[in-house]
Amino acid sequence: MNPVTVSYAPHIHNHASTSHIMRDVLIALSPALAGSVLIFGMRAAVVIFMCVASAVVFEWGYQKIMKKQETISDLSACVTGLLLAFNLPVDIPLWQAVFGSGVAIILVKQFFGGIGKNFANPALTARVVMLISFPTAMSTWAEVPNAVSSATPLELVQTGALQYMPSNLDLFLGLHGGSLGETSELALIIGGVYLIARRVITWHIPVSFIGTVYILTAILGEQPTVQLLAGGLFIGAIFMATDYPTSPQTNSGRLIFGLGCGLLTVIIRVWGNYPEGVSFAILFMNCIVPFINKLTMHHALGGKKA
Amino acid sequence: MKKIKGLHAPHCKNTAEMVPVAIPTPAVVTLPMKMHAGKPAIPVVKVGDQVKVGQLVGEADGRISAPVHSSVSGTVKSIDEIDGLIGEKRKSIVIASDGEQAVYEGLTPPIVTNLEEFLDAVHASGVVGLGGAGYPTAHKLTVKESVQLDYIIINGAECEPYITSDTRAMVDDADNVFEGALLLKEYLKPKKIVIGIENNKPEAIKEMRERMATVDGMEVCELPARYPQGERKVLVYNVTGRIVPEGGRLTDVGCIVINCTTVAVFAHYIKTGMPLVSRVVTVDGSAVNTPKNVIAPLGTPIGELFDFCGGLKDDVKKIIMGGPMMGAAVPNTDLPVLKITNAILAISEKDVEASKPTACIKCGRCTAKCPMRLMPSHIEDAFELKNIDLLKKYKVNMCAECSCCAFLCPARRPLSQVMVLSKKMLWEAK
Repeated sequence: MNPVTVSYAPHIHNHASTSHIMRDVLIALSPALAGSVLIFGMRAAVVIFMCVASAVVFEWGYQKIMKKQETISDLSACVTGLLLAFNLPVDIPLWQAVFGSGVAIILVKQFFGGIGKNFANPALTARVVMLISFPTAMSTWAEVPNAVSSATPLELVQTGALQYMPSNLDLFLGLHGGSLGETSELALIIGGVYLIARRVITWHIPVSFIGTVYILTAILGEQPTVQLLAGGLFIGAIFMATDYPTSPQTNSGRLIFGLGCGLLTVIIRVWGNYPEGVSFAILFMNCIVPFINKLTMHHALGGKKA
Repeated sequence: MKKIKGLHAPHCKNTAEMVPVAIPTPAVVTLPMKMHAGKPAIPVVKVGDQVKVGQLVGEADGRISAPVHSSVSGTVKSIDEIDGLIGEKRKSIVIASDGEQAVYEGLTPPIVTNLEEFLDAVHASGVVGLGGAGYPTAHKLTVKESVQLDYIIINGAECEPYITSDTRAMVDDADNVFEGALLLKEYLKPKKIVIGIENNKPEAIKEMRERMATVDGMEVCELPARYPQGERKVLVYNVTGRIVPEGGRLTDVGCIVINCTTVAVFAHYIKTGMPLVSRVVTVDGSAVNTPKNVIAPLGTPIGELFDFCGGLKDDVKKIIMGGPMMGAAVPNTDLPVLKITNAILAISEKDVEASKPTACIKCGRCTAKCPMRLMPSHIEDAFELKNIDLLKKYKVNMCAECSCCAFLCPARRPLSQVMVLSKKMLWEAK
């Protein structure tokens, strides 16, 4: 008989792996990818390619230089690059896109210890860094066929130019100005349903996040449907806020997290300087995840109070 | 009440329909004096003694121990320290079989008229928790006067993949299981006797239901076929809704959980006087040519069981005693069948996963599915920090070692191993 392996139980595994999860996220993002190219044209594909490729190269290069174990095969860098691209306007200078990838991968992800260790969402942090570094490029929106104005619907809301507001259907399909991947709620919802069906994410964060925004804006008399469909709420709630290391690990914690994100989004949108508040809201909530985790710790079945 | 749902592990109950067949008498059996939890038995035979089937060869050392009986007739060859499952040394009696399988003349059915005699009989039968825990049954059934016993739950869940020896006990040995249940009812007087069976065993459910329906206070509880329904605290909770307190016993909530094969064994003993000398073992796995359920004398080298099942394929990479979720991977096939050996598995190289852990991505799967509602990823962090206070806070002592967390972990963190090592760390810090 050959020598046999001895290892600790369990001896079977459910075959899920980090790369499978990331692959599922990429599949879930593919409708939005198709949507962005359809809406914004081939330049969108170029931006997306640059972001993904540079994210992978940054991760690979960093790990080579620092002599760390290579992890690009887990596809997480691809997801980060793709999500970053989805947060950029189509006419963003490519060097700025690459700079954003570098911030996301090196500054936010690798400096904090790599996959699973970052406390803030890499793509979102990079977006915010770029928003502050390149305010003009980050808020110059290309003309979209069918849309009357190139401004994002939320800018229209903020400036009061409501006569240019696209119809709700156009908002839902994504035929309006905005970042690459955020405009088409239809594509994002398809991806979200896929992720929930594959049990990559649970419904808690997206539902509580989007629900909170809807209810609060309704209370404040802010046209809740437009608030839902106009900005980056769906991409944020489905793909950004659900990022594993930067969101709570328990379902009750996820509800609180989504609620907080929704609350902050509405506060920024209604009273803040920026027309859009999803990124800042998620980043702020990222920072208090450890506290939410502590607050929502599971109570062991039959455990004595510690 | 929200039941503990558990997770979906592959069932692989390939041998569920296979009636156990007896293997040829082995030439040599090795009977470790410790096949149970508690103190090892004390040998009462000498090298060179003639022994027969059912004859006492190891005497129980007190009540938290169990006697060992010869499983073959023949000559005692040696009494030595022999490698156990995990490389530890165990005093074992090696008996060379004469092939006759002559039954010991001194075996007579015990006289059982009251609780004390019943417990003595259970003790003398040598039976221990045959589901894998190996706790001496007589001691488990000895409950304090103050305990109000509401439930005796007979564990027929058999939630581990592959294993079907309990299933076969409930089908082929249904009368003994039922009679054992009647004995428990008569002498321990619980309010209710429930047998919990996962719903992927329709035949066992039918057999048990036919019999249980004739008696008041006995019922069959169908459980979802999801791992780990057979974990004792999970079983108590899902059947009764009661939560066993931390550090407490099942009797604290008025329950006893006992494996169905165990029940059949002491019923058989009380009827015939034949103690536990052989058991049904499921032999399965991708590297076994013809998987079977076999009846093997205790102490038979597991290699002989594999040989009886058409031998092992060339690409065998792992030998497991017990199920794939909680069983122990063993280094060779010389180890003997123990009282608790409900299955032996041989797994092909292609099915043995190279488990190279990657970084935890904090997905929360381990936390979501822990039947004890612990947070394994937090425990792992505390373990790596060697932080005893955190380990206490995260209640690692309550881990049932069911391996659900490690089974699910997409980063293949060795979580179940970490749990066991953390418990040890906690124990040593006391």
